[in-house]
Amino acid sequence: MDVQDGLDLYTRMCFLRQFEERADLLYRRGLIHGPVHLGLGHEAIAVGAAAVLRPGDCSLGTYRGHAHALARGAPPDAVLAELLGRAGGICHGKGGSMHITSVPHGYYGSYAIVGAHLPVACGLAWAAKIRRTGQVTVCFFGDGATNIGAFHEAVNLAAVWRLPVVFVCENNWYMEYTPIGDVIPVALPAADRAAAYGLERIVVDGNDVAAVRDVVGAAVTAARDGRGPSLVEAQTYRLKGHSAADAAAYRPAEEVATWRERDPLLLSRTALVNAGTAETVLDEIDARTRSDLAELARQVLEWPVPEPAGAWTDMWSDGSSQWRN
Amino acid sequence: MAELTYRQAVNAALAQEMARDDRVVLLGEDVASGGVFKTTGGLRDRFGEDRVWDTPISEQAIAGAAMGAAMNGLRPVAEIMFSDFYATCWDQVANEIAKVRYMTGGQVGMPLVLRGTNGSGGLGFGSQHGQSVENWAMCVPGLKIVSPASPAEAFGLLAAAIRDDDPVLVFEHKALYARKEEVPDGEHVLPLGQARIVRAGADITLVGLSITVATCLAAADELDRQGISAEVIDLRTLVPLDAAAVLGSVARTGRLVVAEENPGQLGWGASVAAIAAQEAFDSLAGPVTRVSGGNVPLPVAASLEAEVDVTAARVVAAALAVVGHDRHPQVSQHTGIRSQARLTVN
Repeated sequence: MDVQDGLDLYTRMCFLRQFEERADLLYRRGLIHGPVHLGLGHEAIAVGAAAVLRPGDCSLGTYRGHAHALARGAPPDAVLAELLGRAGGICHGKGGSMHITSVPHGYYGSYAIVGAHLPVACGLAWAAKIRRTGQVTVCFFGDGATNIGAFHEAVNLAAVWRLPVVFVCENNWYMEYTPIGDVIPVALPAADRAAAYGLERIVVDGNDVAAVRDVVGAAVTAARDGRGPSLVEAQTYRLKGHSAADAAAYRPAEEVATWRERDPLLLSRTALVNAGTAETVLDEIDARTRSDLAELARQVLEWPVPEPAGAWTDMWSDGSSQWRN
Repeated sequence: MAELTYRQAVNAALAQEMARDDRVVLLGEDVASGGVFKTTGGLRDRFGEDRVWDTPISEQAIAGAAMGAAMNGLRPVAEIMFSDFYATCWDQVANEIAKVRYMTGGQVGMPLVLRGTNGSGGLGFGSQHGQSVENWAMCVPGLKIVSPASPAEAFGLLAAAIRDDDPVLVFEHKALYARKEEVPDGEHVLPLGQARIVRAGADITLVGLSITVATCLAAADELDRQGISAEVIDLRTLVPLDAAAVLGSVARTGRLVVAEENPGQLGWGASVAAIAAQEAFDSLAGPVTRVSGGNVPLPVAASLEAEVDVTAARVVAAALAVVGHDRHPQVSQHTGIRSQARLTVN
């Protein structure tokens, strides 16, 4: 492996891991208003996919979307401020954790209705096709979304219109609390549905950042070359519950232990050490990231809260919310 | 001046805006071949395959694709063939399209139009193809709502909706598609949020939208025969709502009847009536009254459908009842058919 490249990916994943752990801590201290869905354990998918996207490309995620915004370059202070309900929040306090969006970085939003953003991804890709911009759209969603109508309408439309879009299913094996296997009639939620839309069956180890980069990269290249959409199933695991309020007691301890051994950061670390990287180098990255994020949280907590009048802005394009005269 | 049907006016507005701005693209079921209601005929031939896209029967994909395209440089116009079908993509409309600008702190614009047929009009389309659902949309902050009453409005308001930078739902009325009217030559655009006084009057204000504007005009003719001068207001748009036009008229007439085709249970007339009751209270000489579609699913047999549709006779009866409440004796003598008055609360 290219050690410098591996270190770069590790550093990015480490940042997402530490960001989510900091968010978890702030949530437990009662400092976050509303629900928080952590991407702990999903880091390799966000980092691996973002690594193959160009600045003008589009991506979208779910309510478990902090990592996808940050991986595209969304400013961490503004994302954290949004979680903490501070002025300067990336959505001005109107989206919160579940709707983190950073359009200047190509991240077209986190969507909290399961499956709703797959059709939206089609639209971004459709515009790219009509306007011949060369943009590719990557849409991340969970295994649970493969049972909602919007998934099927969107994948069908993308296939029929040969849109430059890559659908990436983050299969963490649980739709909220219920095992996905209990609610699908096939073995794999996304991969085993691909054939229905004339798409290739693609499965990747979602905890192996280099594998994600390779597989999503090939799909992105195909989309950019006009060869149409792809449906990628990236298999992973939540290290914690569905939301920060969920202790995930419904998951067998042995299953959790098995997946902890396949923690994407652990896999990345092991690969780097095997390639000759000193553990201390990685420990240093961990420690520096942790202290950077502690300092970031300390600073953002000092930011003011939004002025109440802000509730009445930005509904319409003129900046107002007036509906009658 | 050219005489156009309402249907031709919709087509002409689409053509005008597609010619003016190559970001305007159409998508929907059967739109390339002109659509079930023949509103998009000829547009694919004129503007090409990249501008007019046939979709599967997938309203979520249609509305969602329009949304995504609006975020990435296009100004899509999506056809939702029957407004009843909004129920199949209401997540996209109410949760995503209406809210995304606000939820992202203004990071994205949403310059799109969702348009299609709406309403009963006595055509026998029944409960799943004949509803008036403009009130569904009015419950959701973030959507603009247009419903033209005439060919000239169908043209000018659709053009304005396409030029607007916010999401606009255009409810065309299926029973008006064959109506003809002279439409001005050249570029035609009407502002959103400006009601029109269709007929001036002194004694009572009748407020309509889309097909009920004609209903109100017919009622005004009958009221005139009975010596009552009715002013008729065509709201044209529900959001933005030209409340000032209604309040100004009520200040002159002192009486208000609102005629809406959607069911009365939280129909749009409730908003208009509440505004008048609160803000024009001192002007009112009688109760603000609503004539609405029935609070039942729309039946099909013509005799049943006529029972629940809004008719001129019901508007006349309501107006006479309002006048009958009046404290002025010279007006209250015109209440000969008050006993037949069917007020809207059923």
